[in-house]
Amino acid sequence: MKLKSVGVIAVSVALVAGAASCSGNNGGGGDSSSSTTKNEFNAALTKVFNPSDKKGGDMKFAISSDWDSVDPGDTYYGLSWNLARLYTRALTMFKVAPGDESSQLVGDLAQGLGQSSDGGKTWTYKLRAGLKYEDGSPITSKDVAYGVSRSLEKGVLVNGPTYFNDFLDLKGYKGPYTSKGKTNPAIETPDDTTIIFHLNKPFAGFDYFAMLPATAPVPQAKDTGAKYKQHVVSSGPYMFKTYAAGKGFTLVRNPNWDPATDPNRKALPDSYSVEIGANADDIDQRIISGGLDADIAGTGVQPAALSQVLGQPALKARADNPLAARINYTSINPQIAPLTKKDCRAAIEYAADKTAYQQAYGGPLAGGKIATGLMPPQIPGYQQLNVWPDGTDNKGDVTKAKEALAACGQPNGFATNIAYRAERPKEKAVAEALQQSLGRVGIKLTLKPFPVGDYFALYAGKPSYRNGNNLGLMVNSWGADWNDGFGFLSQIVDGRVIRDTGGSSNLSVNIPEVNNMIDQAIVEQDVNKRNADWAAIDKRVMEEAVVLPGVWASQVTLRGTRTTNVFVNQAFGMYDWTTMGIQ
Amino acid sequence: MVVGPGTSVSDQVPVGREPAEAESAPGKVIEGRSLGRIAWTRLKRDKVAMGGGVVVILLILMAIFAPLIVKWIGYDPNAFHPETIDPATQQPTSSFPFGPFDPKHWMGVDLPFGRDIFSRVVYGSRISLLIAFLATLLSVLIGATLGVIAGYFGGWVDTVISRAMDVFLAFPILVFAIAIAGVVPDKAFGLQGDALRIVLLIFVIGFFNWAYIARIVRGQTLSLREREFVDAARSLGARSGYVILREMLPNLIAPILVYTTLLIPSNILFEAALSFLGVGVRPPTATWGGMLSEAVHYYTTPHFMFWPGMAIFLTVLAFNLFGDGLRDALDPKNR
Repeated sequence: MKLKSVGVIAVSVALVAGAASCSGNNGGGGDSSSSTTKNEFNAALTKVFNPSDKKGGDMKFAISSDWDSVDPGDTYYGLSWNLARLYTRALTMFKVAPGDESSQLVGDLAQGLGQSSDGGKTWTYKLRAGLKYEDGSPITSKDVAYGVSRSLEKGVLVNGPTYFNDFLDLKGYKGPYTSKGKTNPAIETPDDTTIIFHLNKPFAGFDYFAMLPATAPVPQAKDTGAKYKQHVVSSGPYMFKTYAAGKGFTLVRNPNWDPATDPNRKALPDSYSVEIGANADDIDQRIISGGLDADIAGTGVQPAALSQVLGQPALKARADNPLAARINYTSINPQIAPLTKKDCRAAIEYAADKTAYQQAYGGPLAGGKIATGLMPPQIPGYQQLNVWPDGTDNKGDVTKAKEALAACGQPNGFATNIAYRAERPKEKAVAEALQQSLGRVGIKLTLKPFPVGDYFALYAGKPSYRNGNNLGLMVNSWGADWNDGFGFLSQIVDGRVIRDTGGSSNLSVNIPEVNNMIDQAIVEQDVNKRNADWAAIDKRVMEEAVVLPGVWASQVTLRGTRTTNVFVNQAFGMYDWTTMGIQ
Repeated sequence: MVVGPGTSVSDQVPVGREPAEAESAPGKVIEGRSLGRIAWTRLKRDKVAMGGGVVVILLILMAIFAPLIVKWIGYDPNAFHPETIDPATQQPTSSFPFGPFDPKHWMGVDLPFGRDIFSRVVYGSRISLLIAFLATLLSVLIGATLGVIAGYFGGWVDTVISRAMDVFLAFPILVFAIAIAGVVPDKAFGLQGDALRIVLLIFVIGFFNWAYIARIVRGQTLSLREREFVDAARSLGARSGYVILREMLPNLIAPILVYTTLLIPSNILFEAALSFLGVGVRPPTATWGGMLSEAVHYYTTPHFMFWPGMAIFLTVLAFNLFGDGLRDALDPKNR
């Protein structure tokens, strides 16, 4: 490490609070509890690794496959939401801090969190003063309103979440392209610094919606619809210098960004180079050798580099093992015989070898933690469940599985299919692991690979296909939109999101009782009660045995050789791209 | 992809080198020594070809007795051995020849589950050889039949069959194989699972490769048709069927046999390529190509790739060496 050539000044990352602390420049470990300079495994997991305020340098990022879009109104990838904070500012954002602090929301464009009235149906935000676009023109609340309105246009901007479509009281308004000349009745802007949202039903967690990149301001005159991604007008500390679709882009400093209006961002490097479409194994090797600063996919090193990183102490010291808010699980289809009987589904829950499931994803570090429910531990309200005890060593309980099979009238087991995404070797390994472990009790699985692009639209996600083709088990994976019960569970346990035309990630859960519980949890104003409601929903879903939880994903990620201020932002489950600098 | 093996068996009558002085003489002089006996004598003298032949026989025995072999010195090819994977590093503790030797898993184990590579290589030979042999048999049956018909009858029959050959030679068989493997249902023709996929692969590989052998047989037939013994048979009133079966076919056996042994390795490679691309036999059934495909994700642990790669290499090499020797021994010019 080239650490010693630089005088290290540790600065607290609690930027909002402004509390600073200092540490010596030669002590090895920082004496501040929230930062460290010691190069060790998990150094950046709950602390800021290698703190520094040094500006300058070109941050080099790479990723193996392109994500949906850099347009803030058209993106649904965690890495993109993380990265978009460099060139856009939303109304609110997750606190830029390591550890549990990063799950708190703070104001970004807005001075603080929203004020709710009308029982949670009206939300008001006040913008900061002195906000400017990259061209120097002022950012007003109307620009924020326009950004949200255009994100409603799912026919043009197809990728983003649909929360605003579902919750705003639109009264038939479709968006600025379709409903030309009309104003959005759900958003009011009485003056340039005030924005008021009207919802069609009370929703207590609206501050999470205000965190979505879609609330970033977009100047109506510069909006080119689906082509806006070719030049996103910056409201953040960096702006686009070049953009080549599918190949990469460069960001340079935005001269009109005023740090006085932005207590959350450090903006240390002079520029960012993002390379898209590099070979995934090559990216790992370049980070190891120091030619790259980070893999922005944030999903960890490839299997080839994993054994290298874990096997060599010098490399392992540069690695972190963050837990993502993601569950890798398998949906159990209760629509096809004999899985229509709960006992037959229970047999699968009991017989599955969770250690093999974990191994399929790369073991305890690269794979994750063995899951007993859907909701991961870092979601507020999480409760440890044990609905289907899988033996003392997580290898499954064959005796109980056989009892369950006898109870459902299939004492010798049965045959069904397991679907997985053909392009994902880890999901193939899951299918093989389940084939082995369920085979112990006579449940015979046939492996059925499907192309990843149409997995939800045409195959496993389409009820007529999965029921007609006897897909009893379907390997599945889900990451939180944000870390709370609604952001994690609503899209995968609400039976009403299942559409006959396909496309839903919810492949198997449709329990009327759960649907009612969701409706109650959404309107619950008390945060603690609401969190408990979601934990109860998780438990109720598990009791129906329609999902087989596998692992709560974690990954082994590598820090670059020259990066400073590295820490895992728990809100994204990956390094925070806005604070990293170059030493 | 599947090109006809670059054989020297062309569709002309081979005008190869003159036979070695002594060799041709006994064939003509000593009555009672059949073509087969002569060829066998020559083949025995060719050490390289015999070496290839021995390996081929061993491979066939290995494929046939795979269940017994893994019962004695291996494991169920799909069984997991989690105890052989170090949880901290996700590296197999046994990975000979690039890591520590483990007598229990002497070719090492794969990731992520620790399946025994030796057992998988042994079982992989069954799929490879079964598909390669049967696909070759199918190609030879179709190709030899159509080739001899085209060559013997000539005229419009020849034109139709020759154009069909051109079409099949121009056919993008790899693309077709990938497409058909994607759309084929789970159950068809009363078969399902692995059996259906194997039959499908045999059909795809075999059916689209007949044109090469048909061309060679047609060429040979064209020249044989003008030979005196054929004329003699015809003038004695022999029907076409008799001439083809009794007069022509025995003289075509040699090129067909040679071509067959050279088509087999080409088909082994093609099957491996299809499995590598994920359109062969479905996992977890062990195939050499499939093992290679899985090994790519773990290129830092090269023994995953080494053993199945070695198996394919040795098999193809052995068949090619044996085929070359056989061709030399059966050189039609020395008949």
